[in-house]
Amino acid sequence: MAYTQNDFKKGQPRWCPGCGDHFFLASLHKAMAEIGVDPWKTAVISGIGCSSRLPHYMATYGMNTIHGRAAAIATGAKVANPDLTVWQVSGDGDGLAIGGNHFIHANRRNINLNMILLNNRIYGLTKGQYSPTSPRGFVSKSSPYGTVEDPFRPAELCFGARGHFFARAVATDAPGTIEVLKAAYEHKGASVCEILQNCVIFNNGTHDAVYDKAGRAKNAIYLKHGEKMLFGENNEYGIVQDGFGVKAVKLGEDSYTEADVLVHDAKCEDNTLQLKLAEMEWPVALGVIRDVEAPTYDDCVTAQIEEVKAQKKYHNFAELLETNDIWEVK
Amino acid sequence: MEIKEKESVVVRFSGDSGDGMQLAGNIFSTVSATVGNSISTFPDYPADIRAPQGSLTGVSGFQVHIGASQVFTPGDQCDVLVAMNAAALKTQYKFAKPDAAIIIDTDSFGPKDLEKAQFKTEDYLGEMGIDPDRVIACPLTTMVKDCLADSGMDVKSMLKCRNMFALGLVCWLFDRDLDVAFNFLKEKFAKKPGVAEANIKVIQAGYDYGHNTHSSVANVYRIETKNKVPGRYMDITGNKATAYGFIAAAEKAGLKLYLGSYPITPATDVLHELSKHKSLGVTTVQCEDEISGCASALGASFAGALAVTSTSGPGICLKSEAMNLAVIMELPLVVLDVQRGGPATGLPTKSEQTDLLQALFGRNGESPMPVIAAASPTDCFDAAYAACKMALEHMTPVILMTDAFVANGSGAFKLPDLAEYPAINPPYVPEELKGTWTPYMRAENGTRYWAVPGRQGFEHILGGLEKDDKTGAISTNPENHDLMTRKRQAKIDAIPVPDLEVLGDKDDAELLIVGFGGTFGHLHAAMYEMRSAGKKVALAHFKFINPLPKNTAEVLKKYPRVVVAEQNMGQLAGWLRMKVDGFVPAQFNQVKGQPFVVAELVENFTQLLNK
Repeated sequence: MAYTQNDFKKGQPRWCPGCGDHFFLASLHKAMAEIGVDPWKTAVISGIGCSSRLPHYMATYGMNTIHGRAAAIATGAKVANPDLTVWQVSGDGDGLAIGGNHFIHANRRNINLNMILLNNRIYGLTKGQYSPTSPRGFVSKSSPYGTVEDPFRPAELCFGARGHFFARAVATDAPGTIEVLKAAYEHKGASVCEILQNCVIFNNGTHDAVYDKAGRAKNAIYLKHGEKMLFGENNEYGIVQDGFGVKAVKLGEDSYTEADVLVHDAKCEDNTLQLKLAEMEWPVALGVIRDVEAPTYDDCVTAQIEEVKAQKKYHNFAELLETNDIWEVK
Repeated sequence: MEIKEKESVVVRFSGDSGDGMQLAGNIFSTVSATVGNSISTFPDYPADIRAPQGSLTGVSGFQVHIGASQVFTPGDQCDVLVAMNAAALKTQYKFAKPDAAIIIDTDSFGPKDLEKAQFKTEDYLGEMGIDPDRVIACPLTTMVKDCLADSGMDVKSMLKCRNMFALGLVCWLFDRDLDVAFNFLKEKFAKKPGVAEANIKVIQAGYDYGHNTHSSVANVYRIETKNKVPGRYMDITGNKATAYGFIAAAEKAGLKLYLGSYPITPATDVLHELSKHKSLGVTTVQCEDEISGCASALGASFAGALAVTSTSGPGICLKSEAMNLAVIMELPLVVLDVQRGGPATGLPTKSEQTDLLQALFGRNGESPMPVIAAASPTDCFDAAYAACKMALEHMTPVILMTDAFVANGSGAFKLPDLAEYPAINPPYVPEELKGTWTPYMRAENGTRYWAVPGRQGFEHILGGLEKDDKTGAISTNPENHDLMTRKRQAKIDAIPVPDLEVLGDKDDAELLIVGFGGTFGHLHAAMYEMRSAGKKVALAHFKFINPLPKNTAEVLKKYPRVVVAEQNMGQLAGWLRMKVDGFVPAQFNQVKGQPFVVAELVENFTQLLNK
């Protein structure tokens, strides 16, 4: 059935004007319409935080649960009912601080979830404390003299947990966001989409370098599997190998030519170069960075049940009882 | 040889934790149950991961009570004590009756063994004041080695069969048919016929040893069977019965059974048991933590499964957040708490009833939740079934409480016929409400309807924020919150539970004993003894704790004296005082991590009567 974005819309979002969540929500509505899964076969599950209000604005099934537990709750929903398409939505605090354990284990198990991480590097709902993605030295209400801790880099965490899908988009970039959401849906297994999103009140400008189109033209690279990693307003830059790492170079300088530019391989099982790409500070890598097929937990659970059903001779409770040592008292 | 006819006998197998005492005890229970005796068992494990061999802390015990008619407890003290080494004799002798027969392996009473067991002299019997005439002292290790000399086994493997020699000796003492034990071993070691054969050979040797050498020393006991309830039976532990109750309820409700769990003593066997039964479609997820065990179960519940999470007290601490979410989302969920000694890690392998108030109140906000406590190993089945039925039909999380004693103990379980169990009918939202339905619309009994994802036209959102009674949208309206709080409470209060049953002298008791959960057997046995001594005593035992049975106040106020006996500092007594105006009972509280001792109960209750 053909859907429009309106089939997935519900209610009036209550986020601050200009909040990145508005942009992301619109893209999610459009992506879901294009994906075409029925709203009643879709569940959107969030934790707590500004971005976790999102399920209230979806005409699908949904849960706005408790802080940090979205990935765990989504895991149970998907494993118990594999026919559901499950989207899990968290912010950086919800997903990586209080919910960090569930985040890594959902990735490790490879549950077929579409995991959205809305990263604004701040706690917005509690009004401005630093988050696990705030940079070292970040000044906030709870760190008036600057933080003395290093942030998580979400891709690193995902890869460290043996994640098989990682993509990144900027909330204001609708085509880029829709593209990664569709790719996340298509990917079978846990798919993490990091959405760079601005908090206009407590962390305004955190993603400024890539937040508008002109900035992205200068400071971002759109990765496409199988294509040369070129970027810049006139594709004048490229990503080349640099010892054990990668670096951005200007073609024509230092004798670099287009022939030196690496071709992006999102399907490569070894995540070493994908991690390098994800961690680049300039340019910021957008698009699907890693997309590798692997058996999903929910499929394997279902398959194992079918396998054991075929092997074992008992298939209901009465038959189960008979598998025990039984005696009869007459 | 004298054959003593006995009404009931208690046997305790004890040895180093590597000596296989649990297996020997299990086989003996099965053999006894098979001839129609009533059985009740209690395994007593050491908490140490692996205490040094032969040390006092490494002793593991397994006690079984076998009776001609029904037995309710594993017994206070034993008639026969098997002590496989010096440490076992040292630590376990206190569980033996003054005239108990004691079986020891003299090969394990060498100078080093005695030193490890902290005996001061070589006269260990004298040191403990044990009459040598009561002791069946045999060089058990030597005989096992001799018996298996031609088997080609290495010494280490041979020594693993020592428990079977002791078992053979006990089987002789009780005139047991060895065939049942042989069949048990053949089945258990079906894939290792060599091991089965060796074990069988050693059991026979133990039996023959008793028969040939000790016929002049010991009595042979005979336990006849009386008051038999005809039927087909199996031996079942509380944890296994709980798992079976979940499976039965899921089948009856026509739902997939989902267990989210994290390993924790003494609840882990429920995870083990359910993980085996994939051929019944049971889905088990061993989660990353207790939080996820409960949270993932709640997700499964939302998605339409019968969702269960299993744990012990420390796990409840972590699950309470998601349990609370289940309260406000009004989704079915069964939370199993196999209680152990606390607080914190406490006594992980021991039994207490110290989580009752945690179950009732251990969450933020007004968070009412039904609480059910199983009375015995076999009752775990019915309690688990009842918990599932209540959760599904009333759209609420339910706490099912057992304890280490009930969970690890076993009893003879009459095979249930599922057809005789009540139907389970969750309040699925009626199709005709499509278009007008909102998530907190309620059926007549106050229960929210269940709209499982996948149904067109019932898309909705649930969550941890308070919702408007009418629209289901987020609401901070003060009147609405007050109303929703009352509706959630009223829904739980209205859940029908069976009346409290009074056993014993229900019309003219001078003392009413009150308890809950796993102490039923001990309290019942205490009542039985007191009534045999001519006292007027009754017992009211709670299985449904929230909501309380309708006749609770009537029962509690009917008798001149009431004592609430529980393995905590008075949690049930406090709950009853809160719910029943003017109720001030006497209390018997013990928090030792060990089951009640019937004799102590009798003594204490008798004093109360004489006051």
